[in-house]
Amino acid sequence: MLIQILGTGCPKCQKLEENARQAATELSLDFHIEKVKDLQQIMAFGVMITPALVVDGVVKVAGKISGVEDIKKMLAK
Amino acid sequence: MDKKKSCSCACGRTVTLLVPCSGAADTGEIADRAARKFAMGGCAGMFCLAGVGANLSGFIASARGADRLLVVDGCNLDCAHKTLAEKGITENIIHVRVTDLGIVKGKSPATAERIDAVVAELGNKLTASLKS
Repeated sequence: MLIQILGTGCPKCQKLEENARQAATELSLDFHIEKVKDLQQIMAFGVMITPALVVDGVVKVAGKISGVEDIKKMLAK
Repeated sequence: MDKKKSCSCACGRTVTLLVPCSGAADTGEIADRAARKFAMGGCAGMFCLAGVGANLSGFIASARGADRLLVVDGCNLDCAHKTLAEKGITENIIHVRVTDLGIVKGKSPATAERIDAVVAELGNKLTASLKS
């Protein structure tokens, strides 16, 4: 599973990455986390607010830091 | 916001997105041009309603993640408002309808005066929402 964190590296992006990593780990998923900081690449996802969480190419949330439990639900879908 | 930049970091500030219907009628053109003019002031950023209609996840997530959506419909068909509602996006919406300002659809070319009237209404409604 590819998990991408879109954002320029602000504290919210870092927190979202931390939560996503914890959620994927607790679910024992085979995953890889990639940070996308380039604005053009971020906009190519149609994302207009960061941070954003992308799972296997699908944007799950933008502009908010989802909690671990919420991210688990997103990863399970 | 940098005019060339159309992606906002949610850190430390609220994010308001402008969602005009950008319809084919004169009132749709007024909605679009007024939204673009308002966006130049830096209080809100332009948003792609078509991306929501196309079911693109990034646009839908961005609309859901915004603190406020300043929706501008040209007429009472309310295409922009309904397109968002189709995706379950019904909260944090400030709605402006061009024809509610006495601008008649089909009889109102997009003049600077009409565009400015809508820009002013956007400002009034956004300011009112900030006070409430």
